[in-house]
Order: sequence, then structure tokens, then C-alpha cells
Amino acid sequence: MPPRSTATPVKSPGHVETHGQGGVGDSPVRPDGTLKVAGEFAFASDLWIDGMLWGATLRSPHPRARIVSLDIGPALAVPGVRAVLTHEDVPGSRFYGIDGAGDQPVLAIDQVRHEGEPIALVAADHPETARRALGKIAVGFEVLEPITDARAVIADPENLKVQPLGGITRHQPVRVGDVDAARAHAEVVVSGEYEVGIQDQAFLGPESGLAIPSEDGGLDLHVSTQWMHNDLKQIAPCLGLPEDRIHMTLAGVGGAFGGREDLSMQIHAGMLALHTGRPVKMSYNRYESFFGHVHRHPAMMRYEYGARADGTLVYADVEIVLDGGAYTSSTLNVTGNAASLGVGPYEIPNIRIDAYGVYTNNPPCGAMRGFGAVQACFAYEAMMDKVAAACGLSPLEVRRRNAVSQGSRLATGQVIDSPAPLAEMLTRLEAMPMPPDADTSDLRNLPGGVSQTTHGEGVVRGVGYGVGIKNICFSEGFDDLSTARVRLEVIGGEATALVHTAAAEVGQGLVTLQTQIARTELGVRRVTIAPADTGVGDAGSSSASRQSYMTGGAVKAACEAVRGVLLERAAGRFGRHDLTLVGGKVVSREAGPLATIEEALGDAVIEETREFHHRPTQKMDPVTGQGNSHSQLALCVHRAVVDVDTELGLVKVVEMAAVQDVGKIMNRLSLEGQIHGGSAQGLGLALMEEIVVSGGVVRNPSFTDYLIPTILDMPPMRIDILENPDPAAPYGLRGAGEPPTLSSTPAIVAAIRDATGRALSRVPVRPEHIVA
Amino acid sequence: MDFLRPLTWADALAAQAAQPGATPVQGGTDVMVEINFDARRPEALLDLNPVRELAEHETLPDGTLRVGAGVPYVRLISELGDRLPGLAQASRTVGSPQIRNRGTAGGNLGAASPAGDCHPPLLASDAIVEVESSARGTRLIPVAEFFTGVKRNALEPDELIRAIRVAPASGPQYFAKIGTRNAMVIAVCSFAIALHPAERRVGTGIGSAAPTPRRATAAEEFLSGELDWDGRGPLSISAARRFGDLVREAAAPIDDVRGTADYRRHALSVLARRTLTWAWNDYRADREEAS
Repeated sequence: MPPRSTATPVKSPGHVETHGQGGVGDSPVRPDGTLKVAGEFAFASDLWIDGMLWGATLRSPHPRARIVSLDIGPALAVPGVRAVLTHEDVPGSRFYGIDGAGDQPVLAIDQVRHEGEPIALVAADHPETARRALGKIAVGFEVLEPITDARAVIADPENLKVQPLGGITRHQPVRVGDVDAARAHAEVVVSGEYEVGIQDQAFLGPESGLAIPSEDGGLDLHVSTQWMHNDLKQIAPCLGLPEDRIHMTLAGVGGAFGGREDLSMQIHAGMLALHTGRPVKMSYNRYESFFGHVHRHPAMMRYEYGARADGTLVYADVEIVLDGGAYTSSTLNVTGNAASLGVGPYEIPNIRIDAYGVYTNNPPCGAMRGFGAVQACFAYEAMMDKVAAACGLSPLEVRRRNAVSQGSRLATGQVIDSPAPLAEMLTRLEAMPMPPDADTSDLRNLPGGVSQTTHGEGVVRGVGYGVGIKNICFSEGFDDLSTARVRLEVIGGEATALVHTAAAEVGQGLVTLQTQIARTELGVRRVTIAPADTGVGDAGSSSASRQSYMTGGAVKAACEAVRGVLLERAAGRFGRHDLTLVGGKVVSREAGPLATIEEALGDAVIEETREFHHRPTQKMDPVTGQGNSHSQLALCVHRAVVDVDTELGLVKVVEMAAVQDVGKIMNRLSLEGQIHGGSAQGLGLALMEEIVVSGGVVRNPSFTDYLIPTILDMPPMRIDILENPDPAAPYGLRGAGEPPTLSSTPAIVAAIRDATGRALSRVPVRPEHIVA
Repeated sequence: MDFLRPLTWADALAAQAAQPGATPVQGGTDVMVEINFDARRPEALLDLNPVRELAEHETLPDGTLRVGAGVPYVRLISELGDRLPGLAQASRTVGSPQIRNRGTAGGNLGAASPAGDCHPPLLASDAIVEVESSARGTRLIPVAEFFTGVKRNALEPDELIRAIRVAPASGPQYFAKIGTRNAMVIAVCSFAIALHPAERRVGTGIGSAAPTPRRATAAEEFLSGELDWDGRGPLSISAARRFGDLVREAAAPIDDVRGTADYRRHALSVLARRTLTWAWNDYRADREEAS
């Protein structure tokens, strides 16, 4: 490690110590849970160090404009202002980007391409001073007509270029069989056009961090992020520093959902800290946060399916257009997911998919829970219901008839080589009891809730189903490894495991899982989780439902290595080679227990670091879309029961039921939380969550008008969890965080269609769509 | 920004007179959000929360309730819900429990948002806003005259809202509000109805469907004459529908991020019809219980 500054901010997460029981498969209480519930957890916005300055960001009010003049003089003259920086002050590369595209300016250079694009930075003694100084920066704009129609861009990518790269970010075709020939023979043909609005991650902890200049001329960066090492790869070149001069520590993360994969304030705070030689804190307010991170891509989709009269699918002809906004962000991979998973977990012999990611001046879009699979799922599940209706089948039956199973091929040609019991999951869903009629004596059970829009008048019940498939871990050739360092020693007479990774706890419960794995593999009770930082190797991103798999796998591997060393030493001491570690004791198969771990360890410190890789994947063929592009796939199915006020268009989701195959239940409490949370996020997309944009301008950047479900919107759930192990994965587990987000949305919308007979081709469904 | 924190009503009036640009804070659930978003920067904040008189309510000799401007929503529900059911129902739809613990009807009137939840039931029950200045004393403003524009009210710069005066319900009252989620939502539109059997009159209030909260006067007049006050006979479907139509016509909504004008008009007609039906059924049931 490089020489380190000794400055440590207060209100920063420290070691998480747990003492007790709870191995893999148990549901120990989260070590960070009490602090969070009690309001004592140190989130990134709580970071503090004496003498720090406050940074603030000047952002573009226009979605597209040329910057014709920029005068920072008046801002610099404000007493208490220590720095005002523009793109000319970027020490190194003036561009960055999450997936290597490197097309996003650190600060706008001569033009702005989306509302909220950062133009200049201020550091001041007080946050209010910084904010006021922003108002003194004089920017002359030549406002241009924004490019906001993604389909128009596809039609004319050369002339509708938002930025030098284009145009079209990625066009990924998928070609299987012969769609035109199949169309001629299809007995039933159904089609539909679908739209998905812009969903926001709506995490509660705004983008925040603290940059502290270190004695060696580098930086200590405390930030709330999903993937420190990838941040570092982008930050270092822009700051003109080698990576080893920047030490990153994870600050307390208040939710992520993909919204912290892209950088926000990291480079900006670093620039201000290097320029002033002082620690600089930046923390966005709620309004700014809506411009401080990418959102879920809005989608426009055209689907046509052909089937035999018995409901067997014979072809799918699909166009998916994803609007990525002005910069590349994750659009390349989101588009790949939309293409590879564009028809879902169904066997279809002839497929033509064209998925497009497009640059526009609309809000920038990138990663969000579900990552390209959510949008397509809304469309293909609506199509399955259309096929069912056209063939006179139940929604469940048409899905079962076409369901994939182990051995089936996805649209990419990839063979599903681990359990995928979709038909069985649907049958289990069907067997779940239905909720009783609503108790209308309590307004909270009715659409509208205590707003009292009905006492039961106009209310009709509906039932709908949704199925989703999501890739777990990164795909298309990416080796998203994880690293864990585990140390075992006796502290205070008790064997203690210290687990150190760079993996981001973003609220999903990874620190809990790490302790469970260490307990199971090492037989210890006391486990300490070191703060996540770049003092240990890359852990990859807390995204793609991958950390249980990848960092779980790395911790397991490191623990196994430590155990191996311990037993090897014990073998030497006891002269036996039939040793195992059982229940905290070194046990000989023949001679029984020989020593406690503490006795076996003595004064020794055993430390091992291991990297964990998932199996390699391939890029999709650029012409046919074929290839083994995914590492692991996960299924979830939902049934939604809704009561709809058909006169007012208001909806009460009465119940959601879900069946999910997770391979192995590592921690049931956390897992159920993921299923509840994912379902709630899907409910939000179905009914209310949308960043409303007009001419490239966001109309609702606050929680006043960007609505997320409350406890009165989210119904009780019935959950049935299957454990069909994936032999390729640690413990046989399957990533679980994203799949429920996919299938809940189409299930709810199908239920509303069932209640109202409306086509409802767009989410979120608004009341006026239902009563129109 | 000055922060003024008087402890008595007299001191509050004096402070407001001395600094007429001060923004009163009565709960703060609206003002503080605007300040946090930098939407406004008042030269001074006048914190009325410590003024104890404002947090009390009493019954005046003529039977009218005088509700201090600082009585929070939670107490409007628990302490006055039996006598002011429409206002209590509206209060129950405001924000979250935390907001209802803190926010007040007086603050709602001060902000004078067209979407303020208290306004429709106050309009429907002919409430009077009691305002006061140190220079000119008390002024009583009928609530229908209190709202003068979007987020504007009839207060003079040196005046503060002292209380709301409103008669206890003499008949059924209902409040209904459209939102796109089932709690914690700003009204897309809202409607309140109050039956005043002694006067054979119906009161109404429309929220979030015009630049100001407003009554549906033509609807009130139509229905007051149409209802079978003495016989308490059933409500005709045609009368209920006509009432809904007249309420719809009284609104002047806009398209905005929360909803379309067309939807607001449609929803108001449905809410008017439904709330009328509930109210009239209660009124009829009341006789049946009494007999």
C-alpha cells in the first residue's frame, strides 16, 4: 500500500463486528441493522472532517445548448469561496465512462447535452456559500433544439447525432430460424406496441462523498458507490494520478439499485480537494440527485408473435428501442440484455429481435435493477397473455406450454445447463390460495386508501401473471472477478476471522452473508468485517445480483485456503492427515477431536487472499446474436391480485405471490427482503414511478411528484422459494435480487387488464389510461 | 435570514408587524421543504410553533368552534373528528404520520396551495378564517374569500392567521381525494361535501382543480333545492348525476405532471356523485335510527 494520510473522517463506517451464531442457511440479524433502524448508521452524507470545504456543482438548465461564454470571476469574488473550476481545470483526461466508452465530459466542454449536465464546480467554507456562488457563475447559452425522439435517431443516425459517437449506441440483432417462413404458417398472429417510462432508482441516500488530500499528493476518497475499483479506473486518469495514489473507502451507502454504478461527485470532489489542498465534501440534495445519476432506460417496443392454435409459439418478431440519453453509460450492455432476454424464458423456434440503444438529449440512462431485462419482460409477458387470449388458453397454460426447462435454448442459442423448472413454478403459483375479498370496512383496503375515493363502488377484482428471466453476474465476456482476504487469529482467547473485501454493502445484506460464510467455513463464532476499501483486490460491482455468488464465492475460497493452512499445521503437530474442522474443533476422522481452533492456532496468524471467477462467457455475435453470453440465469414468477376502481382508474394491489428458484437459501430473512423489495420496485414501475420528461426537461425531480410505493401500496406477499442448486455456483446459489423486479410489473398490469378489459400498453399505468 | 421565535401571540403579531416580509412557520412541513429546495429565501422566518394559544381549540358561546391555527392534523382527527368529520377526513389524507403530527390547518391556509387538503372541507362548511394584526386587530374572512390566487391569500403583510371558526357539523360530511398512490400523495383533485339540514343547504369544496380552492356554487344551489330534506326520500340517480356534472363544470383544471385536466374533471364528477350518495344515505339512516 502507498503511504497513507492519517486523516480519518468521523461519521464513517468502521469495522463491523459480529459475535454469535448464524452460518450459511441461517438468518442472523444484520450487523448494520440496528444502527440503520435507530438512525445512527453513518451514511455518506454524514461524512465529516475538521477543516473541510463544501463542493457544489453548476448544472445545465438546458437539455441541449452551446456554451458561448463562461465567467467564473463573480463567483470567485464571493467571500468564503476557495475554488471555482471548469473543464479547463481537469488535471488529466477530460472524459470518463463506466464501460470504457470514455465519452462523458468531467465538466461540460463548450456544450451541454442533457439537463443537469455539470458545467462548473465551487468549493467554499460553507455549503450555502458554495450554492450562492454557483448563481454568480455567468454562463452564456445558445439554446439548441433537443433531440428527444429515439426512433427518429434510428431512422437518421447520421444527422441526429447528440455527440461524436452517434447516433445509435448499439444495435444488437438476434436471428434464429426463419421468421418470414414461420409467419406464413402461423395459425394465430398477435402484435402489440409497448412503452416503459423512465424509472428512477429512488435510493434515499443522495450522492455524497469526501475527498481528502493525502501527504503523498494523492487522495483519500470516501464515497458511496457500488464498485470502488471501477470508480478508481475512471477517477485516476481524470485526476492525472496513478491509481495507487488514490485510496478509496466505501462510505455508508443508502441504497443503490444501479444508480451508483456511474460516477457522480467522485472526480469533482477530487479536483476541488487537489486544487485547494483541503478536504472537500460534496452531497447532493434530493432535487440534484435526480440529475446526479442515470435512470432506467425508457423503452419503445414492437412485438409480433405467431403461434399454433394450441398456443405453441412459432415465431417472435421484436423491435426494442432503449433511450440512453446523451452518454454511453451502461447502454451497450443494457441493450445486449434486452436482446438476449427479449422474448423471455420461452422456447421459440424462429426469432428476429432488433434491440437498439440510442443517444438523445433526454435524461441519461444506465444501470437499474433488472438492467434491460425489465423493459422487455413487460412486453413479452403482455404478448403471452395475448397469445393465451387468441388461443383460448389460460395465462398459466400458455406459459407452461412454451416454458423453457433445463436443456432448452435461449434466443442466443445458449443452452440452459442448470435447473430451470419454470412449468413447475407456474403450477406451484397456481396452487397458492387466493386472497379473500377485501374487507371494505377499512378504507386502507380499497383503491385510494384513506383518501376515500370509494366505499366499494366501481371496484372490480383482477388477477394477472408475470414471468421473468434475468442473467446473474456480468455477461458477454466480462470477467467480473471478486477478491477476498481472510485472516484467522486468536484475539482475547477466541478465534476471530477478519474478512476484508472491496465489495459494496449497499443495503442488500452482503456483510451479513460474509459473516455467515466465514462461520460456516471456519467454525468460528466471532467474525469481523473490515471496512470495504481498495486496500484489497477488486470485488466487482454490487449489481447484476452477483455479490452472493462472486464475493460470497471469494470469501468461501479464502476461508477454505485459511482452513487448509490451519489443518496443514495441525497435521504437522499431531502427525495425522485425516483432519477436518468441525464445530470449531480440529477433528481426526480416526482419533476424534484433537484441539480447539484456538489451541491449533496458538499465536499464529493465518491470512489468505483469493480471487474468484465465474465461468467465462462469450460476446453475442454482432449479426446473429448467438453465443453463450450469460453465466447464470434466474427465474421468478408472480401472481398479482388487484382491486381496480374502474370509474376512477385507481388501483389497490391486494396481494402478490411469487415463486423463485434461488438454488440455495443462504439467508431466508435477507432473501425474502429482496423478493419483497424487488416486487415493490416492480409495483412502482407498474403503477406510479416515472420521471416525466418534456422536451428533454424533467418535470418531477422530487419525491413530491416522483412517487414510490408506500406501505399502504405494497400488499402482503406469499412467497414460495425453491432450491434447485446450480452446480457451477458456490453453495449452488442463484443470484436473487433482480428477478422479482422483472415479473411483478407485468403481473400487476395483467391483473388490471383482467379487471378492466383495457389494453394498457404503457407503464406506469396512469388513472387516465384506465378510465380513458 | 432572521429566525424569529416569539413565545406569545402578542409578540408574534408585533414581530410580524415589525418585519412584514417574514414568512410564518406553523408546523413547517411546507415552508421548510421549499427552503430546502431553494425555491424561496424569505428574509425572515417567524416560528409560531411555540405560541401556545394557537395550539388550542374552544367552543364559542354561539356554539362555533374556534380552532387555533397551530392545532396539528393529528389532533384535528383525534379531538375534533366527531364535530368536524370532513376536516378530519381531509387531515387523515395529509402526508405521513410524522407530517400529521407537525402540520396544521393554519399552515395549510397560509400556504394557500390550490391542492391544500384542508381547503375543500372548510369551504363546504362555510368556515371563517380569523386573522389578526397588531395595528388593526381581528378580521374575519369567509374562507371562500380567503384564497386570492395560486398560493396567494387575503392576508395583509402584517397579519397572521389566529384561528379557524367553523360550526360543528349539523349533517353528514365527506372528503375524497384522488392521488396516484394510496397514501402520502398530493391531491390530483379533491372534493368535499357537507349537508346543512337545518338550512336545507349543501356545501361543497373543490381542491386542486382551479387556481384556487373553490366552491361549486351552481351544484350547491341545484342540489339544495333538489333534495327531499323533510321526507328524506332516496336520492335520484339523475340528481346525483346532475350534481356531478355541475361540480365538474365548476372546476377549471389544468394538465400537469400529476394528471390531465380531462381526468380531473371526470374524477370530480365521480367523487361528487359518490360523496353525495354517502352523505345522503347517512342522512336518511340517521332518521331511521332516530325513529
